[in-house]
Amino acid sequence: MTSEHQTLALFLFSVFVALTLAITSWASRSRHGTAEEFYAGGRLFSPLENGFAISGDYMSAASFLGISGLIALYGYDGVLYSVGFLVAWLVVLLLVAELVRNCGRFTLADVVAARMRARRVRIAAGTSSVTVSVLYLVAQMVGAGSLVALLLGASGGAQRGWAMAGVGALMVTYVVFGGMRATTWIQIVKAVLLMGGAITLTVLVLIRFHGNLNELLNTAAERSGHGGAFLGPGLRYGQDTVSRLDFISLGLALVLGTAGLPHILSRFYTVPTARAARRSVVWAIGLIGSFYLMTIVLGFGAAAVLGSDGVREGDASGNSALPYLSLALGGGAGSTGGTILFAIVAAVAFATILAVVAGITLASSAAVAHDLYTSLRRRHGRQGWSEVKVARVSAVGIGAVAIALALLARDQNVAFLVGLAFAVAASANLPVLLFSLFWRRFTERGAVWSVYGGLVPALLLVVFSPVVSGSEQALVPSVDFHLFPLENPGLVSIPLGFLFGWLGTVTSPSPADPARHAETEVRALTGAGAV
Amino acid sequence: MDKYDGSDAGSAPASLEDPWYDVPVDHWGDWDGDAAGEPVAVPPPRAAPGDRTDEVYLAVQRSPEFREVRSQYRRFVVPAAVAFLGWYLAYVIAATAAPGLMARQVAGAVNVALLAGLGQFATTFLLTWAYARHARLRRDQAALDLRWDVTMQTRRDSNL
Repeated sequence: MTSEHQTLALFLFSVFVALTLAITSWASRSRHGTAEEFYAGGRLFSPLENGFAISGDYMSAASFLGISGLIALYGYDGVLYSVGFLVAWLVVLLLVAELVRNCGRFTLADVVAARMRARRVRIAAGTSSVTVSVLYLVAQMVGAGSLVALLLGASGGAQRGWAMAGVGALMVTYVVFGGMRATTWIQIVKAVLLMGGAITLTVLVLIRFHGNLNELLNTAAERSGHGGAFLGPGLRYGQDTVSRLDFISLGLALVLGTAGLPHILSRFYTVPTARAARRSVVWAIGLIGSFYLMTIVLGFGAAAVLGSDGVREGDASGNSALPYLSLALGGGAGSTGGTILFAIVAAVAFATILAVVAGITLASSAAVAHDLYTSLRRRHGRQGWSEVKVARVSAVGIGAVAIALALLARDQNVAFLVGLAFAVAASANLPVLLFSLFWRRFTERGAVWSVYGGLVPALLLVVFSPVVSGSEQALVPSVDFHLFPLENPGLVSIPLGFLFGWLGTVTSPSPADPARHAETEVRALTGAGAV
Repeated sequence: MDKYDGSDAGSAPASLEDPWYDVPVDHWGDWDGDAAGEPVAVPPPRAAPGDRTDEVYLAVQRSPEFREVRSQYRRFVVPAAVAFLGWYLAYVIAATAAPGLMARQVAGAVNVALLAGLGQFATTFLLTWAYARHARLRRDQAALDLRWDVTMQTRRDSNL
């Protein structure tokens, strides 16, 4: 990497930061300081705007750099990620989006609380929302540090630390001053930039191979060093039974977790009706689907253009494949085209991280203020700050916690955290959400058991998994207390979440209130009483 | 403020298609108006007439109109969800358990695995389109009418 690349990349990134700060300052001037405004941006976004914002919220740097890098390294096994991340949206569209919009106000716990007015249900759902958000946030922030090291050649620990602190400070600024309105527009801008970057690179790859996909795939297979095996599954997950089960576990977590991610659910409250929520998901599926199709072309393109050594050059885990591909497509290192394309890809990757972390910070501050604080405060009967003020303060607190955790974990391989966040969302959030919406007999005890019955096993299984101890890449490589063979707990913890929900319900001392169920069902399907 | 209004004007076509867009606020308005002041932990509006509201919802739930909306929803969503989750699981399991089958060449460099992967994309897009169309044609109008009924009934009760 020459200093030209870095200067241009830094310049483009500064332009993006300036733009996001302008958006934040505009949003903070037009805000009214209400909860409606802070959590839901006034609920008046159009489906098109919200569709772009959902895509901007969902497509992380892990998708942009990570999946294309995985495809460049392992060929077809990387494609499995693209498919899982997209198919997950059918769960959201069919089972969750409209009903959540109709039943809730700001958070996931609102939907469950529409069925059960109990405080402990809200506390449980709020706790699992915060857990999912913090896991995902730390993964993104460590990713930001690695990205800086990778793209700007700043390999020193101090620079990576500053990059994480900077990302943390920016996301807290967006959320505290701009709330949902600023976050949404930042996500829209980012989605446009990301799609633009992906389309440009895809077109360049296709031009390079004369629009002949067959030639692209054959060249990729040949230059990867794996031959025909590169185009079939098994290079990454095919070694033994454990790695196969691990992949099935991850696949399950990806497809079921998306519908339980708090920052995705909170996006449905920014549109006026369930119908608008549905139409925004349709837009989002179109955008996300085309994006993941392009990552497939880009991944195979990187393997074909760079070859197996080129893909590993900057980073052995493949994250550098796309930046190096852009350098090569623009004319190679030292050329003007290469410099510009590289800088654009680097800036888009930064923009991607910022938009995603802002969305997660907002959702977790909503869970802290709207779910945890209001429940706990009432229990103690104290009068305190207004909810929005608490939300702003908790955004600062969550930002600080995320920066601290990211600094602690900055030299670790935290790729598993993304899969873990999806697994926890699928185990703790999805069962309680689906049971509340669809099961007539679901009770308060069922709700509480379902949340903790998914959350606790998921976290415990990770603590006793090979990612924490017992292997060379583990967080604590020196000791070995791993008992559970899989890296992703989803295969076990997701069924447990559903099982405990059922168990808690059938052992409940009092049956479910039919009026509550009638109200939830009528509201969910018609929108009566929706805010 | 002016820019804010501008963005609303931009989304006006969406709200015009949806007559409900600004109707329900007049009753629940008191409830939301103080948003900054008193946080409300419980989402649904159940201010004064607790039992009466319950009765309205129970009656609507039993009404043939609502049962029609619900069965239209279920008739589409249940088979569709079973189908796409089954197809996705079959795909993931085939990729991990039967890599030989997946690697079989079909045409040129294209093998079964690539076709199955692209097939997942295709079915996702297709199902999205079909669901949106089904909801628009079979559910939206009836759901809107029911929403109107429920809102009128609960409002009348609370004004008594």
